[in-house]
Formats: sequence, structure tokens, C-alpha cells
Amino acid sequence: MAILVIAEHDNASLKLDTAKVVACAHQIGSDVDLLVAGENCATVAQAAKQLSGVRNVLVADNGAYAHGIAENLGALVVSIANDYQHILASASSLGKDVLPRVAALLDVAQLSEVVEVVSEDTFVRPIYAGSAMATVQSLDAIKVMTVRVSAFDAVSNDGAAAEQSLGGVFTSNVEFVSQTLTESERPDLGAASVVVSGGRAMGSAENFAILEQLADKLGGALGASRAAVDAGYVPNDLQVGQTGKIVAPDLYIAVGISGAIQHLAGMKDSKVIVAINKDPEAPIFQVADYGLEADLFDAVPKLVALL
Amino acid sequence: MKVLVPVKRVVDANVKVRVNADNSNVDTANLKMAINPFCEIAVEEAVRLKEAGIVTEIVVATIGPKAAQEQLRTAMALGADRGIHVETDEALAPLSIAKLLNAIQAQEQAQLILLGKQSIDGDNNQTGQMLAALAGMPQATFASEVKVEGDTVVVTREIDGGLQTLKMPLPAIITTDLRLNEPRYAKLPNIMKAKRKPLETITVDSLGVELKQHQNVLKVTPPAQRKAGVMVASVEELVEKLKNEAKVI
Repeated sequence: MAILVIAEHDNASLKLDTAKVVACAHQIGSDVDLLVAGENCATVAQAAKQLSGVRNVLVADNGAYAHGIAENLGALVVSIANDYQHILASASSLGKDVLPRVAALLDVAQLSEVVEVVSEDTFVRPIYAGSAMATVQSLDAIKVMTVRVSAFDAVSNDGAAAEQSLGGVFTSNVEFVSQTLTESERPDLGAASVVVSGGRAMGSAENFAILEQLADKLGGALGASRAAVDAGYVPNDLQVGQTGKIVAPDLYIAVGISGAIQHLAGMKDSKVIVAINKDPEAPIFQVADYGLEADLFDAVPKLVALL
Repeated sequence: MKVLVPVKRVVDANVKVRVNADNSNVDTANLKMAINPFCEIAVEEAVRLKEAGIVTEIVVATIGPKAAQEQLRTAMALGADRGIHVETDEALAPLSIAKLLNAIQAQEQAQLILLGKQSIDGDNNQTGQMLAALAGMPQATFASEVKVEGDTVVVTREIDGGLQTLKMPLPAIITTDLRLNEPRYAKLPNIMKAKRKPLETITVDSLGVELKQHQNVLKVTPPAQRKAGVMVASVEELVEKLKNEAKVI
């Protein structure tokens, strides 16, 4: 039986996350189809066809799918669901919005944030902010799951999938009003190889400028702890942690972050972790490969100068 | 209008849970319990809508053991008007919870259902969306702003990389994100008053919903531990280590 992966994109380009979800799908089985639902999304479909090991790219090109409205996209997925044994999407804001609807309409459970494939019906997922890992066997005929993309390496672009057009148009009474995306020259938090994050000890929104310098010097993304978001220093989409972004870059630099379990849940799979903190007892030092006990306002500018 | 706010009893966010000895689950015995933080935000939003004169009645519901009545009382101390407790000692999956809530909504006919976006124990982030699908109500997940305008609601949502605003007719389902509001602390007189507010206890069977088992948890294990790192004495040493030892810059 086949596997359906819901592609993520902005109608112009395919997100790298999708290549990671395809990698997860390959660990389950070989017949992998991709659903590209959007508006004027032909370039996305082209990119999707090149993902390694994809059989068919199903394209639903209609205004109803332009903004990822969960009702419309969910109904579309349900309309083709019976051809599949597994339905996968990344554990992004889109995947989390749509897939539980799909699962409920199919009367099956959903597995959230899968990090490991044990067999075609058994998967590992974190619970309690990653304090425990649950190995869960699905008893449902169709397994619906979101995939934590930081746990999988993207497939390459050497594929040549066939393209099929889907005719069904599903609409709803939900109206799209507007969307504002943060404009940034920096790489996307989820895709960056270096992430520089600040916590409550940054003290103010203005002080985040010194972290921006560090991030820019390293070509990295900027992140933050929930404490920094709650204090209003940075917008919520920079939040790394249990209820924010889950990242696993090559280098994660935690500045003025104490290291609450909820924050560690979002970054402890990073390859190398650096912590800079004034408090020698801060729990962040327990997960850091390199810890520096120092005042961040001295250490960070010095670090920028030395890089 | 009436608002329904389902809430969940969870291990307090500040408590670190551990896996039990036989790797069958986490050990939650004798841990401090609390109302799930996102559910608390949902209650607060309902109370603010009532204070603004938009909402007339706030009904809180929970599905869980007898002790979960504490969380209903907490919600009523914050301003909810009455509670519904579906008593069960079984740990039900989000889909089963959504089915039971759908049955409650069929009786209550609330115009708005506010839920937390996820509970901090299972970390599933499913119940609100599943309830919306089952109830045939429009959904707005991860809300950071809610504006009721007549028969419609305009919701700003936290999405990856920014914000999205949707408009939908009532009745609707909204799940809350962190920045929607900052919940108040319950005042002592309100805690006392909450004890006298109506709380109805019902059984799962009374809701007439057929529940299935969808998953088996085969084992629960501790996460892989990172090996201990080193403390460096200076920024210079840090840069040297990152360049020559970790080779990441």
C-alpha cells in the first residue's frame, strides 16, 4: 500500500521540510506520492517531481488551496485517503492544523511529531516535552502522522515522478483575510545550520541586536526562549521549545537562557550546543558541549569580534 | 452567547517527569498537578469575552479522574460559570476526547468553543481540530487574537514565519496559543465562590458515544542523554574549540 505526503510550500517554492518527510516515508515503504495543493503552484509541482523516490505528484491547483485553509485541504486529503495506508505531513503549523481533521474524518487516531520509524505500524514520538519517548503501535487501517523534520535528513533531488492533476475542489465557510510573514535576510529557523538564541537575560528587545550581529556573522538564524517571547523582546515565531519550533542545527548558541525543560525540548538534538550564562548553576550547562560562565554583554561582542 | 471551554488536568509545567521502572509509562504518582497552561489561556479568553459583554455563560468541561474536579474549580475561580465533569480513570486518546466533547457540544449548543492548542503531557495538538471536524464547525488554531464581530469571529493565528488572519461564522472552534493573553491569578474570594458554582458529574457511557482503541503504547523510555560537555574559561578558548575541536565554524 502507498504513502501520501502532503507537500508544504508557499505556492512558489517547495519547503525543504517536505524532502525530510519524504525521507521518513521511505523508511516506512516505497510507494510514496506527494500532494501539492495550492494556487498557481506549477513550479512547486516541478520541484516536487524531482524529490528522490517519489512515485506520483498529485496536483490540486485552485484558489481554495491558496492559503492552506484546514477545512479545504483536509477535505481534499480525505477524498483520496482510501488509496493510502499512511498519510504524512511535517509537524509544521500547517500539518498540525490539517492532519488531525483528516484523522478524525477517517475515524483514525493521529501520531504527532514522529521522530523514528520502527516498523510500518510502530513509531517513536516524544511526550512530556521530550522527557520521555513513547513507542506507539497504530491499530488503524490508515496511519495519519505528523513528522518532526529535525529527526530526518532530506532526500536528494534526483527523482522523476509522474504528475497527476486532481479535479476535486473543496471549499468552506472560512475566509482568508490576510497574512503577514516576517521578512528576514536570515535563514529560516527550522532550516538554519546555526541558531543563536537569547533568553530573558537579554533584558530588552534592543539588546537582541547584539545577538543579531552574532547570527549574521555565522550566517545563522535567530531564536529565543519562551521567557524572551513572553517578555515581548521578540515575536513568537522565533520561539524554540516544546510549544515553539523544534530545531537541530549543527551549532546552537544559547545566550542568557537558563535551560528550562520546555526550551531543551526544542534544541537538545542540536549537534553542538554552546551556552553562555552568568549563572554557573543554570541547567543549560548540563546539555551544553561548551559552556562559558560569563556576562553575555561582555562575551557576545567579544565573540563577534573574534569570528 | 455561550462558550464551552474544555480543560485538562496535567502534571504541573514546572515538574520534571520520569519514566517508571518497567518502562510502561511516566511516573505521575504524587506529582503536583495543574490545569494545562494552554487551557488556562482559553479560560482567560472566555472570561475576557464575558467581561466585554460578548459572552453570557462560560461552561468548562473536563474528562478525567475524580481529582480533575480541582481543575474545574480552578477554572470557575477564574470566572467560568459552571462545570461538567466526565469521570473516567482511563487515559483516552485525543480522538476519543473529541468524540465525547462533540456529544457535550450537541447538548450545550455553545456558539464558541475555546481550547488550548495542546496539552503539555501528551503534546499531541489534536483535540480542537478533531472536534471541529466531527462537529462540522470552522476552526482557527493557534490563536493570538480573537475578535467577535456579530455572527462571525476574526482570528489571528500564529503560523510558521508570521501571522495569518481568518474570518469565520459562529459557531466556531478556536485553539489558543501563548500570546493570546496572560491568565489572571484567582482571588481568594473567587476561589471560595467557585466552590459553590454548579458542577455536574456524568459518565462516559451517558454520552452514548462508541469509543475504540486506536493505539498501543509498547514502551516509554527516557530520551537519549547528551554526554557531559566542558566549561571553557574564555571567549578565546570557546572560539578555538569551535574551530578546531567541534569544527562547526
